[in-house]
Amino acid sequence: MSILLAADDVRRAITRIAHEIVERERDLSQLAIVGIRTRGDVLAARLRTALREIEGRDVPLGSLDITLYRDDLTRIGYSPTVHRTDIPFSVDDRVVVLVDDVLFTGRTIRAAMDALVDYGRPRAIRLAVLVDRGHRELPIRADFVGKNIATALGDDVRVRLAESDGRDEVELALRVPA
Amino acid sequence: MTVRTSEPLMPAPVAARRWQRRHVLSTEDWSRDEIELVLENTIAMAEVLSRPVRRAPPLRGRTVVLFFAEASTRTRVSFELAAKALSADVVNISASGSSVEKGETLLDTVRTLEALGGDVIVMRHGASGAPYFVADRTSAAVINAGDGWHSHPTQGLLDAYTLRAALGDLAGKRIVIVGDVLHSRVARSDIHTLVPLGASITLSGPATLIPSAWRSDLLPAGVTYEPDLDRALDGADAVIALRLQRERAETGLLPSLREYARTWGLSEARVALMRPAAPVMHPGPMNEGIEIEAAVAHGPRSLIEAQVTNGVAVRMALLYLLAGQPS
Repeated sequence: MSILLAADDVRRAITRIAHEIVERERDLSQLAIVGIRTRGDVLAARLRTALREIEGRDVPLGSLDITLYRDDLTRIGYSPTVHRTDIPFSVDDRVVVLVDDVLFTGRTIRAAMDALVDYGRPRAIRLAVLVDRGHRELPIRADFVGKNIATALGDDVRVRLAESDGRDEVELALRVPA
Repeated sequence: MTVRTSEPLMPAPVAARRWQRRHVLSTEDWSRDEIELVLENTIAMAEVLSRPVRRAPPLRGRTVVLFFAEASTRTRVSFELAAKALSADVVNISASGSSVEKGETLLDTVRTLEALGGDVIVMRHGASGAPYFVADRTSAAVINAGDGWHSHPTQGLLDAYTLRAALGDLAGKRIVIVGDVLHSRVARSDIHTLVPLGASITLSGPATLIPSAWRSDLLPAGVTYEPDLDRALDGADAVIALRLQRERAETGLLPSLREYARTWGLSEARVALMRPAAPVMHPGPMNEGIEIEAAVAHGPRSLIEAQVTNGVAVRMALLYLLAGQPS
């Protein structure tokens, strides 16, 4: 087990992503941030705070629950509880930055994009993640990445955030050989 | 997997996070956790219904059969909208105009519904217990949409959801149910859903329309009987008026509909006896001017339209939870 990102690294990664978003999108008046539950929504709120510190304005913030859009509902043997999606603005013609903690197979992001377009037609969807650990199963890539990490398929990347887990930290737990 | 913190509408989530049931027949034997799980999922389903695209994909490729052997429009339409909002295919079978009318037995009908590929059978039947008979003989999931006088679990759950949304935590809240309790599966299901959530129930209505055991001391836990409606309503947190079947007056259980309206009908003066803004509910369809005055049914306390909207969301939550169960 090893710590990939400590609290300071997490903070710097979010600040850097905020700067990259400002550089790339320029016009924040058409921007919105949507975090994927759970933890992506926490990161999204922090990203909004970072953008406010840089640009002095707030962008609309939403959170997305993708449970109803999962492609494995018939496989997992029970129905996970669906939590509320909260998008209190129109996504039409906005640039929506989806935020998640870990980018892995890409299936969560596929589900999130399907869910998002049920709320309207964004001008563009971008993707920001704290960690990209590789092993994509779908043709999806992130626009903003906190840290790229080389992992084996069976490894476990654990993101902890103060709001939900008491402290900020990203840990890599290596696969235990059978 | 972490447990989310609570939504503002509901108290903190509870321990049992996993749905285990294959059928929804009655909430009488449900734990509080199971009721909470349905209500929690209902919040998310209500949000789906508020979107520009009121549809999500989790039941794609599944077939929901609506088998209504007893007349119903609103419950059937509510289930149909719920199934379609989750992208299921929907097949409608009603008793009239079907092979049921030609003498087919219930068992043969069920075999046919199953052979047609029904994953979920939603059924309403005039005979109490009919959904249990079907559930024992099919691999499909069965949802009871009302059986005889026995149970109407989705009504109980939608009433609980509606009351929670209006009153918050139901612990210590007193809900009045007034009318024909004897013949009412709604009253029974409301009791079996609201009492586990901490509410107490005051039944009121003519003694001929209250189960005889409940007029004595053999009331279920959390339930009392108050024959005087004004006293029942005094300080109450909400009231649910039951539909009065007009034929009850013809069978001698009531002197007349007019007397019923005067003694048991919800008037503006009566509902004002409750706490300020205490809501008024009715499962529909209403006999306006008999069990409820039009001014109350359409007044500021009325949650009757909210009940209809919430009914779709509750049924979506149940269809979703059942669909995840291995058959």
